[in-house]
Amino acid sequence: MNDPRTAAASVVDPEIRVITIDELGILRAVEKDPASGRVTVTITPTYTGCPAMDVIRADIRRALAVAGHPDAEVRTVYSPPWSTDWISDSGRAKLAAAGIAPPAPVPAAGVVPLTLAVRCPHCGSPETEQVSRFGSTACKALWRCRSCSEPFDHLKAL
Amino acid sequence: MNGPFDFTLALGDDALIAAQRLAEWTTRAPEMEEDIALANIALDQLGAARLLLSYAGELEGAGRDEDALAYLRDDRQFRNVLLVELPNGDFAVTMAKLFFLAAYQLPLYTALAGCRDERLAAIGAKARKESAYHLDHGALWVKRLGDGTEESHRRMQAAVDQIWPYTHELFAADPAAPVDPATLRSAFDETVDAVLAEATLTRPESRWAPAGGRTGVHTEHLAYLLAEMQVLHRAHPGAKW
Repeated sequence: MNDPRTAAASVVDPEIRVITIDELGILRAVEKDPASGRVTVTITPTYTGCPAMDVIRADIRRALAVAGHPDAEVRTVYSPPWSTDWISDSGRAKLAAAGIAPPAPVPAAGVVPLTLAVRCPHCGSPETEQVSRFGSTACKALWRCRSCSEPFDHLKAL
Repeated sequence: MNGPFDFTLALGDDALIAAQRLAEWTTRAPEMEEDIALANIALDQLGAARLLLSYAGELEGAGRDEDALAYLRDDRQFRNVLLVELPNGDFAVTMAKLFFLAAYQLPLYTALAGCRDERLAAIGAKARKESAYHLDHGALWVKRLGDGTEESHRRMQAAVDQIWPYTHELFAADPAAPVDPATLRSAFDETVDAVLAEATLTRPESRWAPAGGRTGVHTEHLAYLLAEMQVLHRAHPGAKW
């Protein structure tokens, strides 16, 4: 029987398959009741309407069953709300390697946000422009590189 | 409205009907990026609607879940404002509706995030981040069309004139509610005035103020929208993918 935390943390995001739910920051807690053996996993959605949540819940239960924890419950919490600041450094590196520009830090409330250039994940150029604030999934925006002309996804700060 | 149930139901209905209307643009938007944007915003609204309606069902305590509330009520039982049920019209009308709705929802969800009801506060804290993107998007188009060509200016102004009367219903006073909508008016006015000025558009005089959505008295458009939204669930109750 494997550690339930390790099993749950290994589940990959179904829409961005290079990054785990742990690296994405949506895995909030994994607790095992020593008496009953029941595992309770707490997750939080990136966006309220994220259509991947049902698949993520099913994948977590499957991973736990494989690791020897068939009795598992997945709870969803909304507070505190997910922030792109919760994406781990390894997660950011994996996003960039997959051609998705990782998000900038979220500005603190009251601070005037300084717009930093988004670097092209293909050629590294800061000469990029936003094509649309909304992209292929709720959490991404569509950008284009003016140096290499390639379009790319950018995980927008939230 | 009175009490957290009515309040939560009304907000949930606003989001649900806005989502359904926006989704009508899918595959029909003027460009690919806009198609994706409107579908994304619709999805955000649907996400907020699901949270709000699920919670409303719990508050009511009559065993109704989000699906029962969304699919098994008739138009007279919906509590959304008239603004969200109005037909999409041309793209300028859709952007006027989106902009006014977001300029209301952003301060609403922000205030909700600080209210005493923990569930509503969590929903508000989550949804306000998404509303900020909706407001950006709507404001961008209002400015681009208003300060664009002669034709785009004319149509954006016509859209603002057409939708403006319906904004007043958003701020009907309800001092007993977790957030009194009347307190959101100044933040809304500030946003709207700044964007309209930059868009070289004129804010219409406030005279006619149609209302009735919060008590279930809707325009003729809502029943048609519900017929399309509910037909599958009513034909196959309890069906799952």
